[in-house]
Amino acid sequence: MTTTSDVPKAGFRPSQLIYDTRYRSLTIQVIAFIALMLGLSWLVSNTIANLSALGKDFDFGFLGQRAGYDINQRLVEYDSASSHGRAALVGILNTLLIAVLGCALATVVGVLAGVLRLSKNWIVANLMAVYVEGFRNIPVLLWILLIFALMTESTPQPRDFRDGGDAAMILGDSVAITNRGVFIPAPFWGAGAGILLAVFLVSLVGIYVWRRHAHKVQEQTGRILPIGWGTLGLLIVPTALAFLALSATTGRERLPVYAVGAEANMSLADFTAGPGAQGLNVCAVPGSTEALNLRRLMRAGEARFNLVPVADGAAAIAAAEAGRCNILSLPGGTDPATVPAGAVALSEDIARGLPVEFERPVLGGFNFEGGLQLRNSLIALWLALSLYTGAFIAENVRGGILSVSKGQTEAAFALGIKPSRTMRLVILPQALRVIIPPMISQYLNLTKNSSLAIAVGYMDVRSTLGGITINQTGKELEGMLLLGLFYLVTSLIISSAMNLYNSRVKLKER
Amino acid sequence: MKKSVLFGALTVTGLVAGAAQAATLDDVKERGELNCGVVTGLAGFGAPDANGVWEGFDVSVCRAVAAAVLGDPTAVNFVPTTGQTRFTALASGEIDMLARNTTWTFSRDTDLKFDFAGVNYYDGQGFLVPTALGVSSAKDLDGATVCIQTGTTTELNLADFFRNNNISYEPVPVETNAEAQQQYLAGACDAYTTDASGLAATRATFENPGDHVILPEIISKEPLGPLVRHGDNEWGDVVRWTLNALVAAEEFGVTSANVDELSAAPGTNPEVNRLLGTEGELGAMIGLGNDWAKNAIAAGGNYGEIFEKNIGENTPIGLARGLNAQWTNGGLIYAPPFR
Repeated sequence: MTTTSDVPKAGFRPSQLIYDTRYRSLTIQVIAFIALMLGLSWLVSNTIANLSALGKDFDFGFLGQRAGYDINQRLVEYDSASSHGRAALVGILNTLLIAVLGCALATVVGVLAGVLRLSKNWIVANLMAVYVEGFRNIPVLLWILLIFALMTESTPQPRDFRDGGDAAMILGDSVAITNRGVFIPAPFWGAGAGILLAVFLVSLVGIYVWRRHAHKVQEQTGRILPIGWGTLGLLIVPTALAFLALSATTGRERLPVYAVGAEANMSLADFTAGPGAQGLNVCAVPGSTEALNLRRLMRAGEARFNLVPVADGAAAIAAAEAGRCNILSLPGGTDPATVPAGAVALSEDIARGLPVEFERPVLGGFNFEGGLQLRNSLIALWLALSLYTGAFIAENVRGGILSVSKGQTEAAFALGIKPSRTMRLVILPQALRVIIPPMISQYLNLTKNSSLAIAVGYMDVRSTLGGITINQTGKELEGMLLLGLFYLVTSLIISSAMNLYNSRVKLKER
Repeated sequence: MKKSVLFGALTVTGLVAGAAQAATLDDVKERGELNCGVVTGLAGFGAPDANGVWEGFDVSVCRAVAAAVLGDPTAVNFVPTTGQTRFTALASGEIDMLARNTTWTFSRDTDLKFDFAGVNYYDGQGFLVPTALGVSSAKDLDGATVCIQTGTTTELNLADFFRNNNISYEPVPVETNAEAQQQYLAGACDAYTTDASGLAATRATFENPGDHVILPEIISKEPLGPLVRHGDNEWGDVVRWTLNALVAAEEFGVTSANVDELSAAPGTNPEVNRLLGTEGELGAMIGLGNDWAKNAIAAGGNYGEIFEKNIGENTPIGLARGLNAQWTNGGLIYAPPFR
């Protein structure tokens, strides 16, 4: 006989799913999950059904097809025979360019305006208030269009720079501001540019070492070493010395200009009139100082020519032997014995060039040639996005500074620290932990707002992949998905990088 | 649970798929209004007048279709589209037809899944430059800055033309004709390229049209015409034959002035009788009333009248008939028989 009574069974009844708090939350989650999945499956099946109703397939093969259109601003090699994928890459790089330029300028403008808005100077503080309120409260698209309209309507045409026109280049004839953009000198890399870069990188390391050393000395002895002057000197002096040394040696070298089919000691003018009468094709390494000096020589002789880009001296010789060019200059140090058959040095020669030379823009047939063109679309978009986002950043900075208790400033002043150092060493480090998190959102905003580029014809990824490519191929869904993916990935990268920085500056608890 | 998700999805799919395949003709009749995609503003081809009433060569096609289907040429909801938005608008069903100087090409007809109802203007791409530039041929444009509407066939032709001639250029992409005009007049581009008819229309609105010249080179074939979505053949037939009716009306001398008189009673020409519905049942064959062609012609006149009124030689645009004359006059405009 057993005496033990039955243990009450923990029987599960379905009603417990609703009335028992242990299970209720689970029920709600399951229902929400099912609803979400239903919604998603509806979206997907709707898409599939509509695509098949329209007779369209889902396929990314169009990325490999020939694009067929030209893009004016290219950071990588591209022409109309390249693929749609390549066009998308050009657009992506243009978007990233405007994002980086914009974030940098917006930070500078924002921090300055934010600090100055707290200035005790009434005029400065109120000017900054006007800037912040003006830019923050007017849509960014209007600012983009306004700056673009100003740039195109109020600046002179390239034609006006001709003799008799009323426009002139500025800064010693090196910068031209036109309604097609601002033309500035472009750098060309010559012999020894690699050495120059190495020296510069080493001096950067030197600066880092110097600053650590100065910090250590101050910690140990209290003696303050001249950090600013040391940094400046290390930044400039070694590189400048290397530049001068290289210029004095390789820069003085002269290089012969070879022409295929010329006679000995023939001048360029004679060659152009004689053996080269059917057209001059010049083999040169694009971006090198040899190419620049060769072009200057050709321009001085008013000779019309086509540039045949080659990778290096050996490629130039091969191209000349294949008959693709009849004028070439060989990079310094090329063995004279390898000069292609039939090529004779002309009576003119060119300088090998300094490690870095700048090519000024000059007025060509329709437009300025040479130099670097900052298109109006880029400038308008860059300035508008930076000023707009800068206004928000200014408010973040102001809020951050105000969040630091006034006692900190008073304490610093009581210790005899100068106001500029108080701001730099006491206030800003504490303010940063308040400033950085909202700043991340502003960077993300700027990057995404750059898709307004189409309004001024800036060829960003929205204009190439999301605009012309979609229009020519009819792949709206694929194009928009790729576009969304690109912005998503870019935003995630920016925010994770900024989060890393944030975790470095935030309040450390030890 | 999984099953119910599947069934739910299937039901929804069925509903959506059913909706997508509904006939455009019935939709338009039910709505009592035709959604017609037009250009954002191109003098002579499609632009609102001082009272906000849309008029122009392409707009007249919309009005004729509305008149044929609904009996009322004003029952049109005009949807301005840019070169970039037009195809998405048509494919998504936002508009029923697109009459926006759009070039008939292979890939648009097949890959983009549209059907062209015919050609209402045979055009070609040209270049507009200021006379002051001293340029006489498009091949002199080496290094020039060229304004170009994005998302158009002209953009591709331009790239091909400069590539074939081994000369360089700098494209300045713009969205609309108005934007291009502003950039061109400001001198931000040396040349503006689009269909020659569009250039003539744009130049007509300039302050000094004489200071600008259209270069002699026509670098492409641009047959422009109205288009509809692929797959709805009944609706495609309506648009195609409305356009043909306008063309045939010119050939047979049916004008907006005499169409009422001619359609009152059968005349001597049996084809005119069939066209105007006094003989046979052509209207019923495409799901319209028998007076469909009469209404279409009465809306804005026959093809020739529409041409002369909007872009002809007596308008500021001043385009000659040229290729767009009737086949009987040596042109390419030709309507298949109404029988």
